[in-house]
Amino acid sequence: MADTGLVETLLQRVEKVDGGLDSQDVATSLGVDHQAIVGAVKSLQALGDVISAEQRSSKHWELTGEGCEIAEQGSHEARVVSSIPEEGMPQSQLMKLAFGKVGFSKAMSNKWIRLDKGHEGGPRIFKTVERLEDLVRDKLLLVQKGQASQLEEKEKNELKKRKLLSEVTVKSYWITKGSCFSTTITKQETELTPEMIASGSWKEKKFKPYNFEAMGVALDCGHLHPLMKVRTQFRQIFLEMGFTEMPTNNFIESSFWNFDSLFQPQQHPARDQHDTFFLSDPAQAHEFPQDYLERVRKVHSEGGFGSQGYKYDWKIEEAQKNILRTHTTAVSARMLYKLAQQEKFTPVKYFSIDRVFRNETLDATHLAEFHQIEGVVADFGLTLGDLMGILHQFFNKLGLKKWVEVGNSGMFRPEMLLPMGLPEGVTVIAWGLSLERPTMIKYGINNIRELVGHKVNLQMVYDSPVCRLDS
Amino acid sequence: MPTVSVKRDLLFHALGRTYTDEEFDELCFEFGLELDEITSEKDIISREQGDTKAEGASDVILYKIDVPANRYDLLCLEGLVRGLQVFKQKMEAPRYRRVSPASSEPQRLVITEETTAVRPHAVAAVLRNITFTQERYDSFIELQEKLHQNVCRKRTLVAIGTHDLDTISGPFTYTAKPPGDIRFKPLNQAKEYTAQELMSLYKTDSHLRHYLHIIEDEAVYPVIYDSNGIVLSMPPIINGDHSKISLNTKNVFIECTATDLTKAKIVLDMMVTMFCEYCEEPFTVEEAEVVYPDGRTCQYPVLYPLTITLHESTEHIAQLLTKMCLRSEVMSDGEQIEVEIPPTRSDVIHACDIMEDAAMAYGFNNIPRTTPRTYTIANQLPLNKLSELLRQDLAAAGFTEALTFALCSQEDIADKLLKNISETRACRISNPKTAEFQVARTTLLSGLLKTVAANRKMPLPLRLFEISDVVLKDESKDVGARNNRRLCAVYYNKSPGFEVIHGLMDRVMQLLEIKPGQGNGYHIQAADDSTFFPGRCAEIFACGKSIGRLGVLHPDVINRFELTMPCSALDIDIEHFL
Repeated sequence: MADTGLVETLLQRVEKVDGGLDSQDVATSLGVDHQAIVGAVKSLQALGDVISAEQRSSKHWELTGEGCEIAEQGSHEARVVSSIPEEGMPQSQLMKLAFGKVGFSKAMSNKWIRLDKGHEGGPRIFKTVERLEDLVRDKLLLVQKGQASQLEEKEKNELKKRKLLSEVTVKSYWITKGSCFSTTITKQETELTPEMIASGSWKEKKFKPYNFEAMGVALDCGHLHPLMKVRTQFRQIFLEMGFTEMPTNNFIESSFWNFDSLFQPQQHPARDQHDTFFLSDPAQAHEFPQDYLERVRKVHSEGGFGSQGYKYDWKIEEAQKNILRTHTTAVSARMLYKLAQQEKFTPVKYFSIDRVFRNETLDATHLAEFHQIEGVVADFGLTLGDLMGILHQFFNKLGLKKWVEVGNSGMFRPEMLLPMGLPEGVTVIAWGLSLERPTMIKYGINNIRELVGHKVNLQMVYDSPVCRLDS
Repeated sequence: MPTVSVKRDLLFHALGRTYTDEEFDELCFEFGLELDEITSEKDIISREQGDTKAEGASDVILYKIDVPANRYDLLCLEGLVRGLQVFKQKMEAPRYRRVSPASSEPQRLVITEETTAVRPHAVAAVLRNITFTQERYDSFIELQEKLHQNVCRKRTLVAIGTHDLDTISGPFTYTAKPPGDIRFKPLNQAKEYTAQELMSLYKTDSHLRHYLHIIEDEAVYPVIYDSNGIVLSMPPIINGDHSKISLNTKNVFIECTATDLTKAKIVLDMMVTMFCEYCEEPFTVEEAEVVYPDGRTCQYPVLYPLTITLHESTEHIAQLLTKMCLRSEVMSDGEQIEVEIPPTRSDVIHACDIMEDAAMAYGFNNIPRTTPRTYTIANQLPLNKLSELLRQDLAAAGFTEALTFALCSQEDIADKLLKNISETRACRISNPKTAEFQVARTTLLSGLLKTVAANRKMPLPLRLFEISDVVLKDESKDVGARNNRRLCAVYYNKSPGFEVIHGLMDRVMQLLEIKPGQGNGYHIQAADDSTFFPGRCAEIFACGKSIGRLGVLHPDVINRFELTMPCSALDIDIEHFL
């Protein structure tokens, strides 16, 4: 808050005039610095509509330092004349004075003094006038009083050339009464305090208005990762649909469960070094259900269960190789095998969302690891129509219309299910998609590295909205 | 999924009509294919190598079509057109016939004992009186390449050789010899080389060098001679120049050598069925006789249709299957359908494959959607339920969730944390393409510290956490390893903030309803751990078991992760709380 006295004086001045006031004029007439008036104007503006102040800029003339000196003590030439006594003065002595040099030449050209070069004892200067009119000083005094307008442009420019005057641009306010004009002001409170609430003094107080244009303070809070938020929603959807979560906390899997049990032939390209991460330690799995393993060997190499088989030499060594699982379907296979070992078959609906690994070439949409979402239903007599129906319901909950693009689906082959020991007539429908792809679509991210891994910008995590998949 | 690229106008000519791109896309979808891209050679070159290189390249429109991985019969224009024409009921599915030569003995390929060690199988057939045009010839060569890449598994399982039969004379001998003893003029070379010389010649060949490893270290190399000692081929590397086929070739001798006989039969069937339509008598293939070392003989190609009986009964299904090149007839009992699988459909090995084709011919989108009546009660995995609940409350405690990779370098989990790799129980990957994938992580800490390092410009303090799995070797599991669910958090600021991370640990215990104290409560006690600053690390005990550590990180750890500020960390195993 500016000086209250000055604020009130300003208000009184504003009250007295009909139109308005220029802040510069007020400063001049009150003999205070213009900045002080500007401060008063600003603090009045903050109070609301007490005054209205329109910013203006004007040019005016001001004395330079040298100009001020002259206004006070007279022009150099006048001071030369007044410092010369009746008997004159040696030129050398005059030149020693601060104003000597400039004053001498000007006074000479004004013919206020004369120089006797042949004087004995060196050149000597004498006055030629008794009284003189110091026009330069008079003009500067006018400017100093703020009456520069009385001078002609030519005169002002000449003084400018002598570096006694300078033209400056002045910003000022044109002050008029505002709609809530009053000459008395109450001090505004910035915030409500416990004391005000206790005493009830808030009723009398005026409060400084808030700037609603500004942003609030950034809160010091924690955040969940956007991909994990989407994962939570997918879990929710599966749970809503009655699917039970599978234990997928086993990244390392044997080729047997990852490939062979799914009736994937051992020469399949997916089992290539270029696509799958193999382990050197622990390199091999050492425990398999032996009779099931034998049925798997047979269906691959000889066929059976209504299948021709692949007719190749199935090798246990290939099945034993440990890998980082390439899909969560390895876990689905374990779960279906477990289901088949039950005394009596019970229908199941399973889901999982977890990491899978591919030894692929990395690019903007492919990483060596990603999350796979998988849904599995096993029951007697499920049909393709059931698969289409359940997919429709699932993707409806996602709010995704073009779901064919993000995932794949199908019915597990009899060569996979029957060796497990599942009863004939049980069909298993399943579908899968990546968690990253729909998340990237949802959050408009083009490069997967901006979403997953240690290189992500935490600001992205801080700024990510809640995830409502269906809206 | 393999992609087949065909010239659009050629395709339309063969189909007998033109389609708009949309119409053709629709047709592909109905037939279970996907029109992946519409492009031209010029487009492809300019995209890959820039506009200047593309100048003068062909701007003939190409359709790139994605084909299911096991449908080898759709890998060339001929097969694609045949499939679509039958599907659109513009032609009947052809029956492929194996015929004996009109006036002589069949061509013979004699396999000698020596091949057993390196590449024991071979099959052969003859395309008689074939007429090539430039397009047909190109397609013939390209199909070989496609098959080599797919079903032949880059020539390891099967290698195909095609020869101008009129330049050679049978019987042919498939044998194996020491590389120094094999000498011939290979395809498109000006002079003769020994097999040894060829192997070093092709070391720098951008195409062939990928196949050298298949026989390189063998004592003997496979080779096929004609009765005059002319080399037909040295499979799976290169054919001889002498018998190469040209546009003028009338009679083609095709041999396939293999390590997998089933695949060799499939590949030979595919080569002959796709191109026998250009023979004087279309859809016939002249047989060749293969003589085994033990004197047995066998006639190829197999070409026998397989018959599968479907226990379905409608005339409609039979019609649908016929559209998919699967000749079908309702059997006399009216309840079953007999389906004849042509040699082109090696992918059909079970009745379910036929039903899939029937569904495709019916149109997946025409199948009424139903809801399974499978009634089940859903359960969450307890470990995941606990993780989900803790994540929410850790965020509520002001910590931000990071998501880091499960694979990392050995350095990340050992050297950078001042640990010896042998004490980490880390599982090691045998074939990583880069150091980033050497091991499965054994701690979440390094991922969090790398996240901090990548976000050094963010305002301090940084408070991060992750609840996820690490992987540890464990002999008691069938695969010798297990996951372990861990909670890790770091606090990174101008001061170490041990009290903050300690407070977080107290809060976690509070959330898990464990009270401070010995016995059934939790407490911490000073511990030595090389990752932490000496005297600033404590072990956490809950219910009498050690569950993790917390402390101020060692300055060398900070440096090795390229950080500059003090940092404290918490790392606990949450599986104890299930």
